[in-house]
Amino acid sequence: MKSIAVIDYGMGNLHSVAKALEHVCPDTRVYVTNDAAKIEASDRVLLPGVGAIRDCMAEIKRLGVDHIVADQMGKKPMLGICVGMQALMQRSSENGSVACLGELQGNVSFFGDHASVQDAHLKVPHMGWNQVHQQPHKLWRGIEDNSRFYFVHSYYVRTEARDLVAATCNYGLEFDVALARENLFAVQFHPEKSHSAGLQLLKNFLQWDGS
Amino acid sequence: MGLAKRIIPCLDVNNGRVVKGVQFVDIRDAGDPVEVAKRYNEQGADEITFLDIGATHENRDTMVHTVEKMASEVFIPLTVGGGIRTCEDIRHMLNAGADKVGINSAAVFNPDFVQQAADRFGAQCIVVAIDAKQVSGPGETLRWEIFTHGGRKPTGIDAVEWAIKMVAYGAGEILLTSMDQDGVKNGYDLGVTRTISEAVSVPVIASGGVGHLDHLVDGVIEGKADAVLAASIFHFNEYTIPQAKQYMASKGIEMRL
Repeated sequence: MKSIAVIDYGMGNLHSVAKALEHVCPDTRVYVTNDAAKIEASDRVLLPGVGAIRDCMAEIKRLGVDHIVADQMGKKPMLGICVGMQALMQRSSENGSVACLGELQGNVSFFGDHASVQDAHLKVPHMGWNQVHQQPHKLWRGIEDNSRFYFVHSYYVRTEARDLVAATCNYGLEFDVALARENLFAVQFHPEKSHSAGLQLLKNFLQWDGS
Repeated sequence: MGLAKRIIPCLDVNNGRVVKGVQFVDIRDAGDPVEVAKRYNEQGADEITFLDIGATHENRDTMVHTVEKMASEVFIPLTVGGGIRTCEDIRHMLNAGADKVGINSAAVFNPDFVQQAADRFGAQCIVVAIDAKQVSGPGETLRWEIFTHGGRKPTGIDAVEWAIKMVAYGAGEILLTSMDQDGVKNGYDLGVTRTISEAVSVPVIASGGVGHLDHLVDGVIEGKADAVLAASIFHFNEYTIPQAKQYMASKGIEMRL
């Protein structure tokens, strides 16, 4: 039986993502865990995350999840979601400034700091369903370009390494909402809350061999 | 194109059943909450809000169980409110699969609770629910006040100042119910909706009194709401979610169709 480890570092609701994975692939075993051996034994890894980056990074380090992620990187397909994606970047301006895992080149900034967001009187957090502009990648299979996904975040990712970008979105400014490198894929939106488009992405991930 | 305005059907739940009353009396049964939520999910609702209007201790376990079942079958955001008084209550609901919790009376009695909750769980999952009623008379400067206990008890707190304060305390969203029109189907109070939406940086959900689809349009265009919440027009099949979305889109509002 195929298996996926959803890394539990105490931040946020993992019930939804676990239920969504079980829903799309009933024959995949879903472990919600921070046990290194169990994660090592799983076929796939999912790095979730909700809340403030400082607290997330503190828990990631306290539980040794930073070492687990570094160790699993490259070995098997890995999916980062929301703050899980932000944690993979180099640095976030949230909570002053927080060093992240640095697995992906690029930083995390606050929407409210941008004149274009302020001038348009855009609400922060960016909350709701926005269009995702895809770049070719296997994980978009069966999902129409510009489909809407559910977002809730106040900080966004932008990378200079444009070859990493698998999708962008607009909210007062253009930002990166999916990054991909080898067998790593990371998204800013919540596929587990994005109805059929989101469930399709999770299904694609569970069937992806990482190539 | 960008962020879509949201339509949020609201399930008022009492003793494990969806109910809807007019002015909180004359309650009508509208079905099993999980079945109702599944129907809205299939119809393309953008989120679901689930309010425990009984909010008694006996109800609480039923609520957690219902949220668990709902979150296993409905893959859109789920907000749960009613009787959320402690961080423990929030933890139970989030663990059961809720994405956000609505805090209402507890915020009025203890504003620091909102701050504690936002610090611990993140502002993105803290929705502060405000029941506002116009208290200024004809010819006076418009003024709205916060009411508790289903709109019966005035608090003397100015609704606009309160919304600003709650956002400063960490509310990630405001659910604004204009009480004087709730359930009477005259539409949202657009004055207070617009005033609060323009005064705060976070999204505002308009709620209360939706009778037909133009009320949803007005809530967004005139009330400047980021999302519109309605209950009985959907529960009793006066309109479906796709009808509401198509209609709003035909008025130039960006929707997820």
